[in-house]
Amino acid sequence: MAIAWKDLTTERRSKAGFNGVVFMAATTLLMFGFALGPDPASLRTAAAGLLWLTVLLSGVLAFNRSYELEIEAGALDALLLYAGGRWPIFAGKLLANLAFVILVELITVPLAGVLYDLPLLTPLPGLVGVLLLGTVGFVTLGTYYAAMASRVRAREVLLPLLLFPMLVPLLVAAVGATKAVLAGDPMGYGSAWIRLLAAFDIVFLAATFMTFDYVIGE
Amino acid sequence: MLKGTDLVVGRGETIALLGKNGSGKTTLLRIMATLLRPTRGAGTVFGHRLSGDEDAIRGRVGLLGHTNAIYPDLTAAENLGFTLRMLGRSFDPRSVNVALTAVGLGAHANSRTRGFSAGMQRRLALARLRVLEPNLLLLDEPYSSLDPEGAEIVTAMLSDVRSQGGAAIVITHDTRRAEEIADRVIALDDGRIVPWTPGVLVPE
Repeated sequence: MAIAWKDLTTERRSKAGFNGVVFMAATTLLMFGFALGPDPASLRTAAAGLLWLTVLLSGVLAFNRSYELEIEAGALDALLLYAGGRWPIFAGKLLANLAFVILVELITVPLAGVLYDLPLLTPLPGLVGVLLLGTVGFVTLGTYYAAMASRVRAREVLLPLLLFPMLVPLLVAAVGATKAVLAGDPMGYGSAWIRLLAAFDIVFLAATFMTFDYVIGE
Repeated sequence: MLKGTDLVVGRGETIALLGKNGSGKTTLLRIMATLLRPTRGAGTVFGHRLSGDEDAIRGRVGLLGHTNAIYPDLTAAENLGFTLRMLGRSFDPRSVNVALTAVGLGAHANSRTRGFSAGMQRRLALARLRVLEPNLLLLDEPYSSLDPEGAEIVTAMLSDVRSQGGAAIVITHDTRRAEEIADRVIALDDGRIVPWTPGVLVPE
């Protein structure tokens, strides 16, 4: 919790990361809309995919920043010297990144609703559940791979290369579940995608916590 | 690269470590702090193995490296408060103020460290070390950026650790200071620890 508090306090005071990520997300949604053209039906059909792509692309900026904070402060070694294992570092970073991405989604999702003419109020509980499940999996892997890339000079390039292939199952499931929820799930496919998302989260939460020690040390 | 480094440090002992740039001094300290794993050989710190018992060693070691581990968007007090929380202790404003006053930063407790000079940041790093209460101090060029008053703080910290039965290893290029503060002065030459001979490895 101390690490999460420190990261979120730093972000709240500097605002550099959050403003940049929100701007990137808003611009991405807008550009996607321009690329697809003004047809509302096309926009609604593609909306779930565009929304998740926006979250993934802008979230990567947050993950890199998470460990850059430690490297800029020269504090990564100091963090590694606290007793009690290294998993509290991962837990703190994960919590902070989760809060950060959720805050970005709180702005991005309503914006997508406006830009793509999506009915968000009716499916809201289901949509919130899908967004949470997808975000937990995304942030878990993002935080983990950002730690792996943190000591490399080309980390801004390396992180997407490592992370995005691993996110393909999550992306497919999240888009499928989001489409189903937004459409009212007439065919009943939504629950299968949601189960897949939940399984993804459980598997990768366990795997990342168990192996974080090997990733963050030299 | 370290080759066959044999070193025994006793309780209450301060060792000054000299050597040319690139001789492996920082590497040795990082191995002792469990930040690097040795590729060969074995070592113990407080009776715990460097490979295998790392967690028992961490938390008893205070490492001051080339960087200060200070978060620029937190205040001085918040930086120390973060350290206390990471140690599982609650944030006690009184003990934080005592630690800051001891390093001459009492008046800057609520100032964000982004505006601190290099010397002030170094002092805050020393305050952080005090809060850690380590049994083994590993100091890499601790006197850099410090004025004479700041240097006194380092010397006092070494004396405190020694009197409490701890130990310290100090990397410095200042041979005169090394002789002042240390019980034993050694050097790293071609990856091996050798007794220090004035004027041979490090020009005076």
